[in-house]
Amino acid sequence: MIAHLPALQVVIPLISAPLCALLPAGRAVWLAAMTASWLAFLMAALLLNQVLAHGPISYLMGSWPVPWGIEYRVDALNAYMLLIVAGIGAIVMTFGRVIVENRIRLPENKQPWFYTAYLLCLTGLLGITITGDAFNVFVFLEISSLSSYVLISIGRDRRALTAAYQYLIMGTIGATFILIGIGLLYVMTGTLNMGDLAARIPAVADTRTVRAAFAFLTIGVSLKLALFPLHLWLPNAYAYAPSVVTAFLAATATKVAVYVLLRFFFTIFGAKFSFEIMQLDKVLLPLALVGIFSASVVAIFQTNVKRMLAYSSVAQIGYMILGISLASVAGLTAGISHLFNHALMKGALFMALGCISFRVGAARLDRMAGVGRAMPWTMGAFVIGGLSLVGVPLTAGFVSKWYLIVGALEKGWWPVAVLVLVTSLLAVIYIWRVVEVAYFKPAPERGGVREAPLALLVPTWALALANLYFGLDTSLNAGVARLAAQGLLGVGP
Amino acid sequence: MASGERVAGGGPKQVQILGHYNYWVFILLMMCGFYVVISSGNLVKKLVGLNIFQTSVFILYISMGKIIGGTAPIVIHQPVVYSNPLPHVLILTAIVVGIATTSLGLALVVRIHEAYGTIEESEIHAQNEEEAL
Repeated sequence: MIAHLPALQVVIPLISAPLCALLPAGRAVWLAAMTASWLAFLMAALLLNQVLAHGPISYLMGSWPVPWGIEYRVDALNAYMLLIVAGIGAIVMTFGRVIVENRIRLPENKQPWFYTAYLLCLTGLLGITITGDAFNVFVFLEISSLSSYVLISIGRDRRALTAAYQYLIMGTIGATFILIGIGLLYVMTGTLNMGDLAARIPAVADTRTVRAAFAFLTIGVSLKLALFPLHLWLPNAYAYAPSVVTAFLAATATKVAVYVLLRFFFTIFGAKFSFEIMQLDKVLLPLALVGIFSASVVAIFQTNVKRMLAYSSVAQIGYMILGISLASVAGLTAGISHLFNHALMKGALFMALGCISFRVGAARLDRMAGVGRAMPWTMGAFVIGGLSLVGVPLTAGFVSKWYLIVGALEKGWWPVAVLVLVTSLLAVIYIWRVVEVAYFKPAPERGGVREAPLALLVPTWALALANLYFGLDTSLNAGVARLAAQGLLGVGP
Repeated sequence: MASGERVAGGGPKQVQILGHYNYWVFILLMMCGFYVVISSGNLVKKLVGLNIFQTSVFILYISMGKIIGGTAPIVIHQPVVYSNPLPHVLILTAIVVGIATTSLGLALVVRIHEAYGTIEESEIHAQNEEEAL
């Protein structure tokens, strides 16, 4: 059983998805989906434990030897990502039932399909993360993307439909670019296994085909991870999707795309090719900085809080890419640990916002007046998530910002470090706008706004407390990230 | 392309360009499809463009496995020249993905038409703007 964990990690949610479609609407289907997602989380935790104790795991699908068969390869980076995706997947699923029953545009008898799509999306994201085969990445990417288009389109607002359509167009272009890149690599090397690709690329690295493959992969993945200026699909998709979907996608989907970027840049092409020959940092660094700055400024002027947080996500992705473009152990540690920390903070924020819109009926700022007194627990979780987003010490967000500044100063790029601090202040402004309205504006007369039900509050607070916990004990979020960074750069611990 | 690297230095340039016929078609189709996706304001036409864009990649994959005169990879007695079946199998997967994407896209267009009464991007945008005011 333990030996087959890497396969089960993907197979269990995959099998559960059609099972959920067969179950009748109600508690049973939710329980089934929840069991599957918590099992996935348990397996991810076991895998991480195993990798930390015994080193990377290589699992051969159907015992076909590499490079003929598909290999699942789990090292510190994968295992860490699996834990993030499966953990968020499980917590958001716990949160999801009340939202699905009340606030999505699906008649009751169609609700099991929501769980099917959700589990398929989870399967795709876990699959991208665990596989060691380049083409398999594309297949799982499309599984997760197609199901996420469906998930977004069931938001109550009709604009959810156009947002999903727009994401479908952009996402498919991105995925097709990735497909072209993988094809060009296959032409040159005759292999799809990531380890095998890494071994064979240096011999043919100085050809136009490999450089073109590199360009296609970079653009394709950047579209999926919403790197500025390829982020245009993201704000609408996040703003109009149901809050449970937004919380899940914001905390996992873009993170997994960042993981794919790391895998291709460092494991397959190698840091030397990506950063010394192709000089990728000269492209990524300015884009990341402009993205952080402009998205933070735009976030300040949003009236829809969900949309505001979506722009903030674009900025946070900029921090991750900034860390990656430093291409040093400290920089990569910052980028990778921000994957984890951002998942925690955005998960908590979007879930708290989901609680608010559940009671208030909308995520608009003007509707949130006085919510701080009517829903103290929900707003408490929102404030913790917000502090973590800003990067206040003793929260998870501080850890990644700290490494980012250390990494920038190590390279002597003090203007970058200053910009990181300044843009954190921009985050203070947009979080403060919400806090001000929620706590200091008098509540309107309509009344009737009560604290969110426990089924929503408990998962939200679980993530909020995780933000505090991982701000104090950094052995998991920063420790394993450092290990993964060292693995990517090929330097010993 | 790979074959380009291999024949570099040998043979006149004309032959190279003609020899890359499939790859030129790939680039041409890809650019046509991409252009339609970007320029068209009609949601269905956008999907048509997206389809052409995806189909072009099928040609890329199919071309790279093909050897002129090669047969199916069935080894009977003596070694035979065969076309590499792997890219062809891979692209079957991508074709399935393409169908799924198109059908989902069209389903969304149907729903958009129900909700907005139009499938022109500019009109949808105008309705959204009005709603925001």
